[in-house]
Amino acid sequence: MKLPIYLDYSATTPVDPRVAAKMIQFLTAEGEFGNPSSRSHRFGWQAEEAVDIAREQIADLINADPREIIFTSGATESNNLAIKGAAHFYGKKGKHIITSKTEHKAVLDTCRQLEREGYEVTYLDPQTDGIVTPAQLKDALREDTIVVSLMHVNNEIGVIQDIAAYGELCRANKTILHVDAAQSAGKIEIDVQAMKVDLISFSGHKMYGPKGIGALYVCRKPRVRLEAQMHGGGHERGMRSGTLATHQIAALGEACRIAKEEMSAENERVLALRNRLLEGVSDMEEVYINGSMDHRVAGNINISFNYVEGESLVMALKDLAVSSGSACTSASLEPSYVLRALGRDDELAHSSIRFSIGRFTTEEEIDYAIKIIRQNIGRLREMSPLWDMYKEGIDISSIDWSHH
Amino acid sequence: MAYSEKVIDHYENPRNVGSFDKDDQNIATGMVGAPACGDVMKLQLKINADGVIEDAKFKTYGCGSAIASSSLVTEWVKGKTLDQARAITNTEISAELALPPVKIHCSILAEDAIKAAIDDYRSKHPNK
Repeated sequence: MKLPIYLDYSATTPVDPRVAAKMIQFLTAEGEFGNPSSRSHRFGWQAEEAVDIAREQIADLINADPREIIFTSGATESNNLAIKGAAHFYGKKGKHIITSKTEHKAVLDTCRQLEREGYEVTYLDPQTDGIVTPAQLKDALREDTIVVSLMHVNNEIGVIQDIAAYGELCRANKTILHVDAAQSAGKIEIDVQAMKVDLISFSGHKMYGPKGIGALYVCRKPRVRLEAQMHGGGHERGMRSGTLATHQIAALGEACRIAKEEMSAENERVLALRNRLLEGVSDMEEVYINGSMDHRVAGNINISFNYVEGESLVMALKDLAVSSGSACTSASLEPSYVLRALGRDDELAHSSIRFSIGRFTTEEEIDYAIKIIRQNIGRLREMSPLWDMYKEGIDISSIDWSHH
Repeated sequence: MAYSEKVIDHYENPRNVGSFDKDDQNIATGMVGAPACGDVMKLQLKINADGVIEDAKFKTYGCGSAIASSSLVTEWVKGKTLDQARAITNTEISAELALPPVKIHCSILAEDAIKAAIDDYRSKHPNK
């Protein structure tokens, strides 16, 4: 077993060796290095064919038509293109946008930008388990709502939203539905026909593909129009100009092919590991799970170990690569905005750790993780004045703390 | 975030973790910070009849830098008079531990903990 153990698959995944092998075929003079837009020679034709195959593989994963796939640099760009592109195109119809407080910053910051441009944004408050109910969306939809952007799986807490229900509501309201599927693609089933989604963002590096590549699904029936954000050679039907990165696109296609073939077996294995980890730590005192357990992606578990500060725990767990919702791991000194939106106390948000499990995680690694988590929680609680107070039966919320 | 070796040393081998009886007349207790901010430091000093700090203990809920700052001050205050201890500043603490700018508040908290403990002692012994 190699240390440290990687348990941060929601941040990024290693490239699958099969994907890397595919990628290398499109780089050197011996390979198919051509520009897919070159129509006049076989170098171009070969590259174009590789792009076509990849487009097909991505479309296949989500039951879409290959012509509905636009390549981008990643989910951040896809989110920007989808939300700004649709808002700008349909801005004459209305200026109202709906999203939620637990979206990724790529969505929230894009919405903030649109607010500066004169759009009005409603930020839905999720339930305490992280779910945004269809009823909440229904209540927020208005005649002038042009875009709804809600994520499929949350990056911090892994909860799965009811996209199909959002799809019904948005279609009935003639509103564009954009879904950020960076954390769900390749991990849970996505069927664009059944879900009635108009725009979906994908990221290569969250599904064992390379960084720097992503995709945007743009529905053709009904036809969704976008105002381009990147202008140039008219690539990707004018929606996203820029020479196609053949090697990255082929790699993303291969990653999607593997995901489609192996998803159900992989999910079963990953879920067993996740449950093993959870069972290994959940009998300790004052351990809280953040986010719904009923609607949750297999690879994610987000736990608050009360009375232990998250960053010091991350430091103690130096043999585990995990991330924390503690303020101290961010430059902003604010604890996780996602956990706060769930109504979690700041203390619990500061004490949270996200474990994300994936394709290459082993049972041995999980068992080792459980062992060192237990040791260090004990050690840090022995050092924690709040733990002492809890043990003495003092309610720490009753104390008048001197806030800084 | 990369930590200095001194922070890691204090974090992995914290000095003087523990508690004294806070009701003891010779014990001064200072508790500063707030759980919502992610840092709570409890510093306790054992002070002899000559007004010299004989021993010190701490418990801290907080990040590695907060734990290291409190561990460091328990070492520094020992053998000092109350006035000498009060003169310890956060800049000395952050310089010793090579704290990055975002962690300066940890050293401020440690300085505040010393002052809070001394204030507690003076409230128990108004004449000293």
